[in-house]
Formats: sequence, structure tokens, C-alpha cells
Amino acid sequence: MREAAAAGVAANVASPPEAGAWSLLRPKWQMARNRTRHHQQGDLRRIVVVSLVALGFWSGAFVLALKLLRYFRNAEDIGALLAAKLLAMILLSFGSILLLSNTIAALSNFFLARDLDQLAAAPVRSGALYRARLAETVLHSSWMVALLLVPLVGAYGVAYRGGPDFILFALAVFAPFLLIPAALGSGVTLLLVNVFPARRTRDLLSVIAALAVAGLVLLFRAARPEQLARPEGFANFMQFVAALDTPSSPWLPSEWVSEAVVKYLSGKAAWQPLLRLWGVAAVLVGIGHLLYARGWRRAYSMAQEGATKRGTARTGRPWLDRVLAFLGPLRRELVLKELRVFARDSTQWSQLVLLAVLLVVYVANVRYLPLTGDGVTVLLRNLIPFLNLALAGFVLASIAARFVFPSVSLEGRALWLLRSSPLPIRELLWAKFWVGAVPLLLLALLLVGATNVMLRVQPFVHIVSLVSITALVFPLTALALGYGTFYPRFDTENAAQIPTSFGGLLFMITAIGLIGAIAFLAGRPAARWIVAEHFGRVRDPLDMVMPFALGVLVCMVGTALPLVLARRKLETLERG
Amino acid sequence: MIEISSLSKRFGEFTAVRQLDLVVPAGELFGFLGPNGAGKTTTMRMIAGILQPTAGSIRIAGHDLLAHPLQAKRALGFIPDRPFIYEKLTGIEFLRFSAGLYGEAGPDVDRRGHELLALFDLEPWRDELVESYSHGMRQKLIIASAFVHRPAVIVVDEPMVGLDPKSSKILKDLFREYTRRGHTVMMSTHTLEIAEGMCDRIGIMQRGELVACGTMDELRASTGHDDALEDIFLRLTGDRVARELVEVLDA
Repeated sequence: MREAAAAGVAANVASPPEAGAWSLLRPKWQMARNRTRHHQQGDLRRIVVVSLVALGFWSGAFVLALKLLRYFRNAEDIGALLAAKLLAMILLSFGSILLLSNTIAALSNFFLARDLDQLAAAPVRSGALYRARLAETVLHSSWMVALLLVPLVGAYGVAYRGGPDFILFALAVFAPFLLIPAALGSGVTLLLVNVFPARRTRDLLSVIAALAVAGLVLLFRAARPEQLARPEGFANFMQFVAALDTPSSPWLPSEWVSEAVVKYLSGKAAWQPLLRLWGVAAVLVGIGHLLYARGWRRAYSMAQEGATKRGTARTGRPWLDRVLAFLGPLRRELVLKELRVFARDSTQWSQLVLLAVLLVVYVANVRYLPLTGDGVTVLLRNLIPFLNLALAGFVLASIAARFVFPSVSLEGRALWLLRSSPLPIRELLWAKFWVGAVPLLLLALLLVGATNVMLRVQPFVHIVSLVSITALVFPLTALALGYGTFYPRFDTENAAQIPTSFGGLLFMITAIGLIGAIAFLAGRPAARWIVAEHFGRVRDPLDMVMPFALGVLVCMVGTALPLVLARRKLETLERG
Repeated sequence: MIEISSLSKRFGEFTAVRQLDLVVPAGELFGFLGPNGAGKTTTMRMIAGILQPTAGSIRIAGHDLLAHPLQAKRALGFIPDRPFIYEKLTGIEFLRFSAGLYGEAGPDVDRRGHELLALFDLEPWRDELVESYSHGMRQKLIIASAFVHRPAVIVVDEPMVGLDPKSSKILKDLFREYTRRGHTVMMSTHTLEIAEGMCDRIGIMQRGELVACGTMDELRASTGHDDALEDIFLRLTGDRVARELVEVLDA
């Protein structure tokens, strides 16, 4: 038998055909197919919940967009221009997000993925690898944007009666729109990996972050969206129309897509922007192909060196040890472990990059809100912080989903160590909770405080919004930790995938409910107080006591309950 | 045949492999030994084309790995120390994929795949997802994947880890039979009894350099003692172990 096997595997002398891009993609396709075949308990329930949420979101977005576009249609002269401008601006934001997420996904797909060793050791041409990984990068980075585009583009098609052909046209237009940032992002990644040979991934990501933040803010400022909200800022109506009609960034693919869609829907020839899109996509993919065919092997070897050179990681942080001495040895070691693991996990850092960009855009938007023109009252300026509170809460929930929710899952293979030691589970949760809550709190205060200062709100509004966001941080952290414990994913290789799980979705739904409740309980009475003050009516502070007390109660229960349930769950977890 | 000439690898200031010269001829089972961090895995990853050398050259079955990587890799089967397998593929799907990387597909690949799976008692598991495999079963699947495209040279890092005694015996027999047919196997291991019992020649690395290389008799002659491999290894790589042990326990 053994001899037969050895004979069967006798040396292969002739040169067989080479593996193409499809050979490299096939296992991914097979894995997706196998996932659907091997159902696990609860899968159906998850599919139903996720489908319902997606359907609800799609319907809501579609109805909203359709209503807005029909309103535009009724506005003579400028309706079509407004519709085009709106699409261009949304696509500009999407394009920026796509460029950043593609760059990060390309880093993972081309240089960090664990299956690359096998491919690097096999006689696979770098060109084939480029095509396969580019396809994966497009898919990984663009699926969410593509899903968001469906109701929006659908609304354009329905509002402007595009007919069934519009679906095919939209596919032809949006395919290069998704491909361009992927080709550009993967090209940038290759160049950066070559520039930073022996440095660690984190250094690379910080460069990407700096570039991305600068680029995104510049792009957004180039669009000057606030101008369009203030027609009175223009000398006359014709100037306003001219501003609408002028592309704010004519060299960007987002503008070409908008131009193509609007031209098609108004019955004009749209082949020019379409050609531009496909031409640029083809050129970028061609350049990327050339770059990867020549440079991927060297760059991959360099990326390995970066990963191997662990001696540079600072193992001791005496100052931090001293700062945390008051916690005692057990809690201090747990907190230090959490901080160190987080700081050294590049997959976590890449998430941070995305969030940093979103935060910069968020604050920049508040900074440029048109709050000084006609009709913008002190009243409005003081009511906006409560909307801001909900938005900031949502940002915090997203961050908690990214960093706190996966923390129990990330214990994964090390859980045996914690379970076999005499460590009380509550201590572990305590460390995870505070390591998540403290940075979130600092960020929350900074975010709300900074935007309040920009909006020049009253001291009363300032205090209420700061207290509310502080109160929100604790239940959000506890909920993330709780859901993360109940829906762990111990076997995942990539921390970035954990929040996109079913548990992550449930956490976000609960968090949005909580944020809505707190924004309502704090915002409504405070807004009524401001309105009364503004119009010189009688104010009764007692009106605020009940809702505020209820808000505090909700936050306390929202903090304690998930932590208690998580402790019970962890204590009974039979793993490791 | 593997021909390594003046091979060096530096990671920043650290030199992992220094001026390595080594030839492993066709038909030889070569054992690659050394303490942890000696540079064995780095050398093997360079031979596999995963890491690029800082200096020097590697030829596999006559093909220069740097100048003609595709031809060289076509002749190579590599089994890493910490292999990755797609968890959601079945065993046979993974073997087909591995063969596909070398441009091979069709009934021949399936036949060889089934033979290899049967050899390692994995045939009943061929259509199960890899995620349900034990550590040893995964190791056997990886070994099977290295043979499925019929390479002339096998480079294998710690092949016996996780294997049960029966599988370990099968692998030893497979390596012997494979080299008897004129192919080359380069194997790193920390299990000195296996190296002593199986390998035609043994190379010992320390701090990035090959400090000894030869048959067991040649190694014994070089140390001047009629020792077992364990003693030779400890003499060459430092015999302070016992003393350090006492110091550590007393600390």
C-alpha cells in the first residue's frame, strides 16, 4: 500500500498547466457553499433575523430616498440638478470609504492572510494571485456599500422611470466604481509594503490612516456641501444653479457615476462617463497587475520579515505598571494584558483607522454646519446637541462593537489558561469592562464636548449632554461585553470579522434602542426647558426629574444585567 | 536535489541564517536539527520561496529558485510547521485545491488523493469539513497535500508532531520509500531518535550556521566520541542544560 502510494506520487516531470486565478478562488467558493450545506443549530433563526433587519433597512432607505427624489422632481429648473448633486455627494462619501477599506482589505488579502504561505510556496504566478486577491478585496470591501446602494439607486430608477434596462445600466456603471478603489487601494498597499520593509504592520497602518484622514477631509471639503443648504449665500438664483451644475470634483469616479446615471435617466447619451469609468478601471487594474507581477514576491517576503521581527515589541511598561499599581497584582495584570494584546493586534488597529476617519469626518461636519445664516436661531443651535447625542451614542456603540464585543471571543484559545487558574470570572470581566469603558468615556466626552463648543451651546445643554453621554458609555460597554460573551466566535482568525456576526447585529439593535431611549429621556425634557426659556414661559425643574431618573435607572440596569449574565455564562462555558 | 550556496537571511540587525552551504542529493533523506531559534525554519521557508534570501542562492531539482521560481516550486512539496488549512473545505476538496495550485486536476488527482487519504486512514473523513478534524488528522492531510502533486523534493518542518504511532510509522515508511525511488526529503525535527533512525545524513544548525553535517558515523568522528545523537547534539549546541536546570530550580 505504502509503496503503491509512493509510486502513485512519483515525481512529476512534465510541466502541467499553471494555476489560474479561478483555481485560487475556488476554495473560497467551495467554503461558501459548504457553509450553506452544513447548517448549525440556530442558523435559520439568524438568517430570518438578519433578513428582516436588512429588508426593513432597505425598505426604509428606499422609501425615504424615493420621497426626496419625487420632491426634487417637482422642483422645476433645479430638481434634476439637486438629484445629481445628492448622488454625487453620497458616492463621494462611499468612494472614500471604499478606498480606505480596500487599502486595508488589500493589506490583509495580499500580505497577511494565513493561506498565503501555501500559495507563495506553490508555482502560482503573481499575476494570477493578483487577479484572485483583487476579486476578494472588491468583495470584502464593497459588499456593504453595494447593499446600501441598492435602495438608493433603485429609488433613482423608480423616481425617474428608468425602466428595467436601468438595472443593467446601473450594474455596468457601478461595477467599475467598485473596482477602481480596489485596484487603487491594492496598488497603494504594495507600494507602502515596499517602502516599509522591516517595520510592523501597525506602522504601515498609521501611514494609511494619516493619508486617509487627510484625503477624506480634503475630498469632503472640496464638495462644500454646506453651501447648498444656504442658497441665500449666493448672489442670485442663477449662481446657485450654476454651483449645482458644476461638478465639485470632476476628476473623481463618483462624479462620473452620478453624471452617467443622471444622463441615462434623462434620456441623454451616457457613454462618455461610462467609458471614462471603465477606461480608468482597466488602466488601474493593468498597472496593478504589472506591479504585483513584478513586486509581490519581494513585498510578501518583506511583510514576513515585519511579522517575524518580534524583538522590537516593548514588553515592559514600567510607568504603566506603576500607574496601575493601585489595582493589585491580579487586576493590574489582567488590565495590562488587555491593553498589550489590543495594542499589538494589527487587525484591531486597522479597525481603529476606519473609526478615526469616521470621527474626523463627523467632527468636521459639525464644524461646518451652516448655523449662522438667516433663520438659524439660538434655539436650533441648542437643540442640535440632542441629535448629536444620539449620533455620538451611535458612534460609541460602533466602537464598542468593534473593540469590546470581540474581547471574550479573542480569549479563544487562551481560555484554558484563565479557566484552569484560580481566577474569579468577575475579575476577568471587570478588567474587560473598564479597559473598554474608560477609553470610550474619554472619547465620548471629547466628541460631545468638542461639538458642543463648536455649536456654542448653553451651559445647561452642555451639562445635560455630557452627563447623558457619560451615562450611556457604561451600559453600551456592558451590553457589548454581554452579547460578546453570549455569542462568542472563538475560532475566528480575524478579530475584524467578529462584530459582523449575529451577536454583533443583536448588540447594535439593542444599543440603538438604548441610545434612542436615553436621547429621548434626556433630550425631550431638556428641549422643552430650552423652548420655555426661549419664549419666556414658566419653567418647572420638576418636569425633568422623572425622565432623568428613569434614564439613570435604565443605564444602571443596562450596565448591571449584561455583566451578571455574562459572568454566569462564562462560568458555565465548557471550553478549552 | 537541493543545492544551497552562501545563503544568508537578515531581519534588520539580526542574522537568522549566515552563509549556509548545503547540498542534499537526490535519493537522500536529510535531517535538519538545531535548538529553537537556530534558523532551521527560516532556511526552510527560504527553500519554499516564502522568504527571500538576503544573499546566496537556492536550486531545487536544478532550477534556480530566485531566477525561475515557478519551475523550482513545481518540483517542491512543502509542509510548514504551523500549516493553515481552510476550515470550511472538506479533506478531498483541500487536496484537489493543493493539486490545482500545481496545475493538476482531473481523475489522476482524485485517484492519488484517495490513495493518500486511505494511506493515512482519512478516507472515511474525506467529505467532512476540516474544522471537524483533530490536530493529528490535519497534520496528515497537510502531508498528503504535499505529496499529491508528485514533487521531486519534499521539505518538511516537524512532520511528526501530533501524529499517532501508526501514522508516524506510515510517514517514516513513506519517506524511506520515496527517497529509495530517487527523490529528496529534507526534514527538520526535534525528535533525535527519529532523525538518528531515519535520516541518511544529519545537519545541525546553531545561531544561523551549520555547525555539523554528515552521516551518524561522520558526526561521531567529528566529536571524537562514540555517542548517541542526543549526546552529539548537546555537545555541539552546548551542554549547559543540566547545570542551568539546577540553577533555575534553586532560583
